[in-house]
Amino acid sequence: MQSFDLGKEGLRALNSALHALKGQTNMTAWEVVNPKGAHAIAAGVDAPVDITVRGSTGYYCAGMNKQATIRIKGSAGPGVAENMMSGTVIIDGDASQYAGATGCGGLLVIKGNASSRCGISMKGIDIVVHGNIGHMSAFMAQSGNLVVLGNAGEALGDSLYEARLFVRGSVKSLGADCIEKEMRPEHYAILEDLLRRGEAEGKAKPEEFRRYGSARKLYNFNIDNASAY
Amino acid sequence: MCGIVGLFLKDPKLEPKLGAMLTDMLITMTDRGPDSAGIAIYSGAKDGLGKITVQSAEPEKDFKDLDGDLHDAIGQPVTILVKSSHAVLEVPLGQMDAARSALAHLRPAVKVMSAGDSIEIFKEVGLPKDVAARFEVSKMQGTHGIGHTRMATESAVTTMGAHPFSTGSDQCLVHNGSLSNHNGVRRELKRLGMTFETENDTEVAAAFISHKLQEGEPLGQALEATLTDLDGFFTFVVGTKNGFGVVRDPIACKPAVMAETDDFVAFGTEYRALVNLPGIETARVWEPEPATVYFWER
Repeated sequence: MQSFDLGKEGLRALNSALHALKGQTNMTAWEVVNPKGAHAIAAGVDAPVDITVRGSTGYYCAGMNKQATIRIKGSAGPGVAENMMSGTVIIDGDASQYAGATGCGGLLVIKGNASSRCGISMKGIDIVVHGNIGHMSAFMAQSGNLVVLGNAGEALGDSLYEARLFVRGSVKSLGADCIEKEMRPEHYAILEDLLRRGEAEGKAKPEEFRRYGSARKLYNFNIDNASAY
Repeated sequence: MCGIVGLFLKDPKLEPKLGAMLTDMLITMTDRGPDSAGIAIYSGAKDGLGKITVQSAEPEKDFKDLDGDLHDAIGQPVTILVKSSHAVLEVPLGQMDAARSALAHLRPAVKVMSAGDSIEIFKEVGLPKDVAARFEVSKMQGTHGIGHTRMATESAVTTMGAHPFSTGSDQCLVHNGSLSNHNGVRRELKRLGMTFETENDTEVAAAFISHKLQEGEPLGQALEATLTDLDGFFTFVVGTKNGFGVVRDPIACKPAVMAETDDFVAFGTEYRALVNLPGIETARVWEPEPATVYFWER
């Protein structure tokens, strides 16, 4: 276990050490203590390592993550796991706005609540939120799965492309072009897998969720609307 | 950008440390707002006396014999405590208006930062640590206080453009964001008799709330009205003699974190600002909801 005291050694030293890990490494277990809400902790990691952050983080923790498993034993500030490519990020507490934004792959698990714009413009990431999500979540989401065990705020999935949104609780309102869709066998299978990998297996069952997706009416300009512009 | 910190103490034992705690919080927000910094401290009322905090670009000249000159003008004793470019004048409560009009004649270049029973505001251009040191904020005691670090967007980097803004007795407001309809609201408020010192958007929000409070609305309702009448991005933190309020606009792009324990309620633009508070490890920490008013009163 490599233990790193962020208060003493500083962020640059931590991220340089993590960036130096390429391909296979013997230093697979890392612990970061005294994060104290610092920004960009473990951003840009590209190695199959396991990093545990003991406390709450500021902006962009685990941003651009590739391969690594990053656990936050606290809450995360804005933009956690932004543009993640692969790997896993697990937050024990809450996540602030735009968690998992633009994520291309990997799995983001938020055990508390996520605030506004969770999964905005997601491009293939899977996000599992044990609590609630705030307004404008999955805005312009393109692909991937967003699973919410609690409730969703206003304008869920506004201007959505092809991401799948699964919500167990209430949805305050759906955004433009987002509609409820039928649950088919493949969707139960996706949920079963994500609930298991998202450490939410005992908390919810696939059949308790409803699915939301794109009505695909904004894909092309409708000439009948020309007079509206 | 901009950084906001706020602290409302529930445990009187912490009151001697209010200034020190707020100074520490303020300095952590330096990279959100290195242009100017300011702090409003509610340090408690003295029987029968009010406080006017004033600022001057030429303190040696303007503050010299100011207590005596005011005494002569209003016929009542006035004390002065000079702190760098600011001074706190203690005036009998019944003479506050008289003292302010006398001040405008005696020292036309002096600006009033705040007036009231309990409030003192200190703000200047410069790094938060330098501003806090200049006014010895860490030595101040009080019941609640609000600090701000500014990265200017809407108007110039000047002392008067720094936050907090005070537009009513014992009231103050700080703001992270920018308002888009402030010119229209300012015109309307001027028509209703409010006066303005700057072209700043935040001063309009402060005056908007002060006007509501003057009309007899409670703090919660005044904050609620900002959601319908002010357009733009905002997280506001507001102080009154007994209260402390928070409201975010419905889009809520501007970050905010709150923490509450049995001993205090704290606000920070980022969690970093709260990490050294006593008992933060076990505090209830949450992100205030958009378009939701929070306030605490003692």
